[in-house]
Amino acid sequence: MNADSMFEGILSFGSIYDFVVGFVPDGFEWVAFVIGAVILAFIVINAMIMSTAVYTWFERRVLGRFQNRLGPNRWGPYGLLQPIADLLKLITKEDTTPEEADRWVMLFAPIVLLVPTLVVVAVVPFGDNTFLGRLNIGILFVLGVTSVNTIAIFMAGWGSANKYAMLGAMRGVAMLVSYEVPMALGVIGVVILSGSLAMFDIVQSQSIPFLIVQPLGFLIFVAAASAEMSRTPFDQIEAESELGSGYNTEYSGIKFALLFLAEFMAPIINSMIIVVLFLGGTNGPSIIPGQIWFIVKTFVVVFALLWVRATWPRLRVDQIMGFAWKGLFALSLLNIFAIAIEVVIFQDDAGNISTGSLWIMSAINWVLTVIAIVVTARVLGQNKLERPEPTPSPLANMYAEAD
Amino acid sequence: MYGLSLFKGLGVTMKNLVSPGRNFTVHQYPDRKIGLVGLARMNDQNPVSFALKRPGESIKALMGLTSVQDRQYQHPRFRGEEFSWYENRCTGCASCAKYCPLGIIRIVTDPAKTDLQEGDKYFLEVFDIDIGRCMFCGLCVEACPYDAIHMGSGFEEGRYSRRELVIDKERLVSSPKRPSHWFRPQLSAQTEYNPLEGDEADWREVHRHERPTLTDQQHRWGQR
Repeated sequence: MNADSMFEGILSFGSIYDFVVGFVPDGFEWVAFVIGAVILAFIVINAMIMSTAVYTWFERRVLGRFQNRLGPNRWGPYGLLQPIADLLKLITKEDTTPEEADRWVMLFAPIVLLVPTLVVVAVVPFGDNTFLGRLNIGILFVLGVTSVNTIAIFMAGWGSANKYAMLGAMRGVAMLVSYEVPMALGVIGVVILSGSLAMFDIVQSQSIPFLIVQPLGFLIFVAAASAEMSRTPFDQIEAESELGSGYNTEYSGIKFALLFLAEFMAPIINSMIIVVLFLGGTNGPSIIPGQIWFIVKTFVVVFALLWVRATWPRLRVDQIMGFAWKGLFALSLLNIFAIAIEVVIFQDDAGNISTGSLWIMSAINWVLTVIAIVVTARVLGQNKLERPEPTPSPLANMYAEAD
Repeated sequence: MYGLSLFKGLGVTMKNLVSPGRNFTVHQYPDRKIGLVGLARMNDQNPVSFALKRPGESIKALMGLTSVQDRQYQHPRFRGEEFSWYENRCTGCASCAKYCPLGIIRIVTDPAKTDLQEGDKYFLEVFDIDIGRCMFCGLCVEACPYDAIHMGSGFEEGRYSRRELVIDKERLVSSPKRPSHWFRPQLSAQTEYNPLEGDEADWREVHRHERPTLTDQQHRWGQR
C-alpha cells in the first residue's frame, strides 16, 4: 500500500460531498454542497483552533526554557491544560467597552483579524490529496488576504478610543504596509522559478527546496513574514514596555481571546506558507507520507521563529522602517534580478529547469547572498560612535574643596 | 563583522534550552514540581530501581504531576501582614494610629472603669487595620511604646474583596501570635524563638525590657 494513498481524500471537499450526496434526494444536490462546505469549514476551523491552543502552551513553555524561566506548569501534566484555563478565564471575564469607543468598529476588529488568518488555510496544500481549494492564484490570494489584518489592527486601535491603542495601531499600519513590499517581492523570486502562482505547482516544481536555491529570498520572506505577524524583533504594534500592549489595550473577555487567537494562529499559518514556498511543502522521501513531512517541516519553522522571538530584542521604529525600505527592499530587488537572469540562462526550450541547473543556480545564489548581505550591512550598519572622554562636573567636588 | 552577535545570542538561548543544569530565575511556590529523578533522589534511590519498584508513582512523576511542598528562605525580620497584637500590652494610646502615614488604623477607646485606684485604664472598643491599603512600612511597630503591636510573618492574606482585608479586633486577638523580628531586637536575641516555626510567643516574652521598679521610675521621672 502506497503511503500517500493512506491519506487520500481525508480533507478534500470532493470526498465529503460524495459522502453527503448519498443521503439527499435527487434535485437537492445544493443541500449536499452546503452541508459538505459547512462540515469542511467546521473541521478546518476547529483543527486550527485546537492546534493554536496547543501552540500557545508550546510557545509559553519553550519560551520559558529559552529564558531560564519555567512557563506554565501548574494545570495538568506539564501545564498542558493551561490553554483551557486561559480560555475559561477569558470567557467568564466581563467584556468591557470604553464609553467613548466606536462600538461596532471595536466589536468587529477581532473578527476582521481572525477571518483572513483562517481563510489562508483554504489554499495551503497539506498533501497531494489533502487540500481545501486548488486555487490557481494561490500565493496571490495569500498575499492579498493577509494584508487585511492591517485594517483590523487599525480598527482595533481606532475603535478603542485609547491613545496608546491608537499609537500602537498607527505604528502597526506603517510597519505592516512597509513590510508588504519586501514580502511580495520575496515571493516573486519563487514565482519566477516555479513559473506558477498556484501553491501546488510551486510545491511540485521544488525538486530541491527553494531555500537552497534562493537563500536571499528565504531570508527576506521570513523577515517580512515575522514582521507581518508582529513578533518580537518587530513587535512595535504591542510594545508592552512602551505602549501598554498597544492596540489591544482596551480589549477584554472574549474579544481579547479572539485577538490573541488570531495572533497565535499567525505563526502557524506563516510557517505553513514558508514551508510551501521554500522548504518543498509535502516533498520528501516517500517512506513517510507527505502530510507528515508537511507537519514536521512546519514544526521546524515554528520552532525557528520561536527561537528568534526568544532571543532578539525589539527594534526601534526608525530601525524597523529603515530595515524594510533600505535593507530588505534593495535585497529583494537584487534577488528578483538575479533569479530572472539565471532563469533566462538555464531554462530549456520548453521553459523547464533541470535539477542540475538548480544546483548551479544555488551555488551562484549563495555566494551572491553572502556578498549582498555583507555589502548591505557595511552600507547601512552604523560605525562606532566617537565617545568623548567624560569631563567631571565643576560642581562634583564642590564640598570637598570647601573643606 | 556585522550581525555576529545576533547568532551569539541565539547560541545563548539555545544553551538555556538544552542544558540540563539550568539555574531558573524563578522559584516555584507553594509546591515544587519534581520529576522522576528528583523523586528518586528524595527516596535515596537511583531512578531506574525506583521506577522498577514503584512504577505507578514513577509514571506520575514522569508526567510532571508530582510536587513537593517547598518553602523559600524567609528572613525572620520579614514585614508580613496579619499583625501580631497583644491585648494585654496595649494601653490604647493610639500612637500607631497617629504615626501611620496612610491613616488606616482606627482606634476607639473607652474608660474601662476597672482599676480606679491605680488610675483608670482604657478599654479598646475598635481596633481596625485596613491592610488593603497598608504599605507595610512598619512605622506603627516602631511607634508602639509598649511593644503591643508587631509585624506578622505571613503573606497569604489574599481576599476577594477589600472589605475582608480590614483586620478587626477579634481577628487580631484570635490570630496566631508569631511576631516578626522587625524593629524588635529582643526577639532576635531570643535564639529559641522563630517566627516561622515552633511555639507562639506569649505576651510576657515579647517585651523590650523589664518593668522598671518604683525607684527606677522615681530616678527617671521624679528627680530630674
